Amino acid sequence: MTVNGWLQILLFCGIILALVKPLGGYMTRVFNGERTILSFVFGPLERGLYRLAGTSDREEQHWTTYTGAFLLFNLAGLLLLYAMQRLQGGLPYNPAGMGAVPPELAFNAAASFVTNTNWQNYGGESTMSYFVQMAGLNVQNFVSAASGIAIAVALIRAFSRKSAKTLGNFWADLFRATLYILLPICVVGTLVLVWQGVPQNLNPYTVATTLEGAQQTIAQGPVASQMMIKHLGTNGGGFFNANAAHPFENPTALVNLIHMVMIFAIGAALTDVFGRMVGSERQGWAILAAMGVLFLAGVVVCYGAEASGNPLVHALGIEGGNMEGKETRFGIVLSALFAVVTTAASCGAVNAMHDSFMALGGMIPMINMMLGEIIVGGVGAGFYGILLFIVIAIFVAGLMVGRTPEYLGKKIEAKEVKMAMLAVLCLPLTMLGFTAIAIVLPTGLGSIANPGPHGFSEVLYAYTSAAANNGSAFGGLSGNTPWYNLTLGMAMLMGRFLVIIPAMAIAGSLVTKKVSPASAGTFPTHGPLFVGLLVGVILIVGGLTFFPALALGPIVEHLAMIRAPGL
Amino acid sequence: MSQSKSASIMDARILVPAIGGAFRKLDPRSLARNPVMFVVAVVSALTTVLFLRDLATGGANLGFSLQIVIWLWFTVLFANFAEAVAEGRGKAQAESLRRTRTETQAKLLSGNDPANFKLVPGTSLRVGDVVLVEAGDIIPSDGEVIEGVASVNEAAITGESAPVIRESGGDRSAVTGGTQVLSDWIRVRITAAAGSTFIDRMIALVEGAERQKTPNEIALNILLAGMTLIFVLAVVTIPSFANYAGGYIPVVVLVALFVTLIPTTIGALLSAIGIAGMDRLVRFNVLAMSGRAVEAAGDVDTLLLDKTGTITLGNRQATELRPVRGVTEPELADAAQLASLADETPEGRSIVVLAKEKYGIRARDMQSLHATFVPFTAQTRMSGVDFDGSSIRKGAVDAVLKHVEQAGVAAGGSRAITGTIRELQTIADEIAKTGGTPLAVVKDGRLLGVVHLKDIVKGGIRERFAELRRMGIRTVMITGDNPMTAAAIAAEAGVDDFLAQATPEMKLALIREEQAKGKLVAMCGDGTNDAPALAQSDVGVAMNTGTVAAREAGNMVDLDSDPTKLIEIVEIGKQLLMTRGALTTFSIANDVAKYFAIIPAMFLAFYPQLGALNVMGLATPQSAILSAIIFNALIIVALIPLSLRGVKYRAVGAGALLSRNLLIYGVGGLIVPFAGIKAIDMAITALGLV
Repeated sequence: MTVNGWLQILLFCGIILALVKPLGGYMTRVFNGERTILSFVFGPLERGLYRLAGTSDREEQHWTTYTGAFLLFNLAGLLLLYAMQRLQGGLPYNPAGMGAVPPELAFNAAASFVTNTNWQNYGGESTMSYFVQMAGLNVQNFVSAASGIAIAVALIRAFSRKSAKTLGNFWADLFRATLYILLPICVVGTLVLVWQGVPQNLNPYTVATTLEGAQQTIAQGPVASQMMIKHLGTNGGGFFNANAAHPFENPTALVNLIHMVMIFAIGAALTDVFGRMVGSERQGWAILAAMGVLFLAGVVVCYGAEASGNPLVHALGIEGGNMEGKETRFGIVLSALFAVVTTAASCGAVNAMHDSFMALGGMIPMINMMLGEIIVGGVGAGFYGILLFIVIAIFVAGLMVGRTPEYLGKKIEAKEVKMAMLAVLCLPLTMLGFTAIAIVLPTGLGSIANPGPHGFSEVLYAYTSAAANNGSAFGGLSGNTPWYNLTLGMAMLMGRFLVIIPAMAIAGSLVTKKVSPASAGTFPTHGPLFVGLLVGVILIVGGLTFFPALALGPIVEHLAMIRAPGL
Repeated sequence: MSQSKSASIMDARILVPAIGGAFRKLDPRSLARNPVMFVVAVVSALTTVLFLRDLATGGANLGFSLQIVIWLWFTVLFANFAEAVAEGRGKAQAESLRRTRTETQAKLLSGNDPANFKLVPGTSLRVGDVVLVEAGDIIPSDGEVIEGVASVNEAAITGESAPVIRESGGDRSAVTGGTQVLSDWIRVRITAAAGSTFIDRMIALVEGAERQKTPNEIALNILLAGMTLIFVLAVVTIPSFANYAGGYIPVVVLVALFVTLIPTTIGALLSAIGIAGMDRLVRFNVLAMSGRAVEAAGDVDTLLLDKTGTITLGNRQATELRPVRGVTEPELADAAQLASLADETPEGRSIVVLAKEKYGIRARDMQSLHATFVPFTAQTRMSGVDFDGSSIRKGAVDAVLKHVEQAGVAAGGSRAITGTIRELQTIADEIAKTGGTPLAVVKDGRLLGVVHLKDIVKGGIRERFAELRRMGIRTVMITGDNPMTAAAIAAEAGVDDFLAQATPEMKLALIREEQAKGKLVAMCGDGTNDAPALAQSDVGVAMNTGTVAAREAGNMVDLDSDPTKLIEIVEIGKQLLMTRGALTTFSIANDVAKYFAIIPAMFLAFYPQLGALNVMGLATPQSAILSAIIFNALIIVALIPLSLRGVKYRAVGAGALLSRNLLIYGVGGLIVPFAGIKAIDMAITALGLV
């Protein structure tokens, strides 16, 4: 680890912290339906969409209606995206002449983009036409992100409203998240990326002759427009198979920084939206602080592991950190930081191969995902994820102050605990359950590239990434088989909807509750004590479950390395 | 039922029968009430079957498997034992109560003639029957006195041997079945049928027979069941992972890991904590009608306290005499003493005492003075004496002034009198401002002065209120006094707010207003007019001396009829919740050490590198697994006293309380098992058990 490396990490953290308040304030105004600087542009469009959808932002929805609208919208997106891929050959903007995507792969890709996962069992440039990339995948990049934000906002309203019945209007939240937040940032950002050299065209692939005289096909297309939303919406689905390691997706250090900042921007700002809506920004900062502690711990371990490098390689007289699978233009610190950022948030874009990280370095992305991606997290998803842990933490420790546990004056009772446990239960069920089945089936074992603990990590990482809706791949595993296409697709759907439905049930229950005023006897939830408690509960309740699996994967791999006979 | 019995948490008379109880509770129907322990029992049965199979087929490591099986069953038995001990303490109390419920004969009245009754068994009485109870009789069932006054021995329920007065009308009309009339007679209308009397309910409550899970307990059970499910997933996936790595894990080891990971500590002690919480209240001579009420007590935000008896000593005392101009103090003292000689109220007596102590006026005999006492009535609001053609009256200032005005009008009136009236009113206002009650004295139409009656605030009560404030609880004093007096006493006692000239309607409105703000309100009361407010409040403590209506409306009854206890009730409620939270935190924090004990031991056979995770340096894989499961079982026993006694509540802010408890039970819960498992490992290795 170097001073320069840490300065880059601190610069990144500083930019995020500086963004939290302005972006949070702007988003709060947007979701409260107040006038913003962009209202004159998007106001008429927003009202037009309401007329088209036959609704109005004043039409308040009960939690079941809200969730029902969300589920219907996502189901429609899933079916549409599946159909587009299957019919790709007959659709326009297909200069490379791509044929229909096979059914299992099309299901996997559709589930992947609708759930904001963007796991890619396909190679973008070799499977999807420009039309499917733009009108199918990229549209989902926007609306899956906006759906997640809508759910988070509905849950925030459950805390900010007193003795109410409704949580807002899903369509209004969806439209506003898309129009006022995602679109404007992406439009500006895309122009910056184009300036930095990211392609944005509809040209056919260029065939070039290399210096050696060989023929090379250079893939391109509307890359820049997809890049912005890919990170801002924590989608992570690359235009190219190599994702953000590809020079066209991530050409310069500045673009790399923009990508990382975009990944965290909305998730971090949502904590401030929460604070503002419940009337105390300190509550939002406390949540962000807990996220920050876990994030920095992950960076220290990951960066440390990568920087110290492989002792077996050192034994051969080659000094330095681990550069395998990393782009030289990013180096160790930016690769490690990007890996932690992309898995802390549920982005899944990668600028290095996590498979080639040191055992412990690769374990951090896995732990980030296993915790449910609540460290900033996916747009919206991270926030409702951490609220589930807050419910559990408050319930366990809140009793210790001698009162019925309450968070922001809302009592946490049987129903909230039940739903929070259901949601938390979903993660080990999908991550451990599918892994356990896959590694005993020949069809599951057949896709593993490396034997031993590393191969185990490949499968565990895949299901963890899918269930956490991250989408990053460890590499090594050949995912494009019927078994993995179907099971990973199912893991993604379970990881998204089996968490959201209980979370919304909690919202529905909380919004109806009275708020008991804070007194000296109430558990303070804005101080370091609460931050420490929350971190502890996340690690023990969320993390310990995976200890046996991690012990058999990265931990044993690490121990085998440092105790290898050659040392 | 006295508090002195509470000292013995571990009494052999309770512990010995509890051992039998622990085995009886292995009944699946009883185990099923507790999801965590039910799961432990199921996997214990499973491993027992597997062990027997291995025994028959001659498997390996039988000694090790047997020890695991035994400790698994001990885990279940220890949990049952904890519950049996908690119940046992209630049972002992129930026994003494049951002895009072002996078969009684009732004198059932058919008409209004007290002589016309027939003897029937007490159990045959129905609600609405009227019975006669005479000196020496046991009151056959709960009821309300409709005629007569009697002294009643209620030692059976209160443990207090001094008899109490029960009379018709008023706020002391309720009688309890099983108590004994000592003198006189009363006619009682029965209000509870056999089997649902107060004593029956008390027995059921202290025995825990009717114990229903409280809201927080239900939520906690869900959390524990959820965590159990999470660990099911963590453990059932291990064989597949191990198989991939080319290894095999025996079922008994998997079960050991599973049982140590699931929150058995809190699961085992949860019901004991609940029973002990109710029990603590009972030993405090407070009966909670439901566990829900006890929990609500912990959540209380606002305490409504009656001024008289709670904040001030019940009686106001004369502390000063303030004559008007032209009257000397001894002159005023003489008149005030004469007017109070026959006045048996505490206020009246205190005037006599003051006259004697400060002015040396000795008690005189009313009869030798040929004086007749004029008692206080609601109309005149004055009392006094008439003797030798003159009359002395004392009473509320406005009442006395009215009296003087009437006399003055009759006498033609004069400017001198108006001047005196103004002077008297000034003195009265001064007294009222300091929280005192002015009592005007008049002799033959001439105003003499004012007696200053002072409310004496109880010693130490100010500190109690400060304590409550630190706990985040607001105190509101309820009084019939005028606002000025109330404000002065409120300031002296240090309450946060007061409700002056309170009527039952105002009390009810205040409670509703607080509840609308999301607050939980506790109050105590005894009169029938308190019943609506008692019913509306979240925690309503009825005084045992109160009316049937009040007792029915409240969700707790204080057998000692001591309104100050409301404060302790709140503390007991908080203690109950804290104990649950503390043990849950402890239980979950324990998991870290158990993972570090079992995971390396489990995988060592095929991944020897994982030995590096054996941070405790446990001797062998088998000793590590056995130590973890033994620790897991023994910690239950070790924590039984704490769960029965409860975590100590301190009146500090929630933040300080939380950091303290997190340090003890959270951080402690992380560290203790590392030391404990290591110690057990050394012990069993030394004993050669593995």
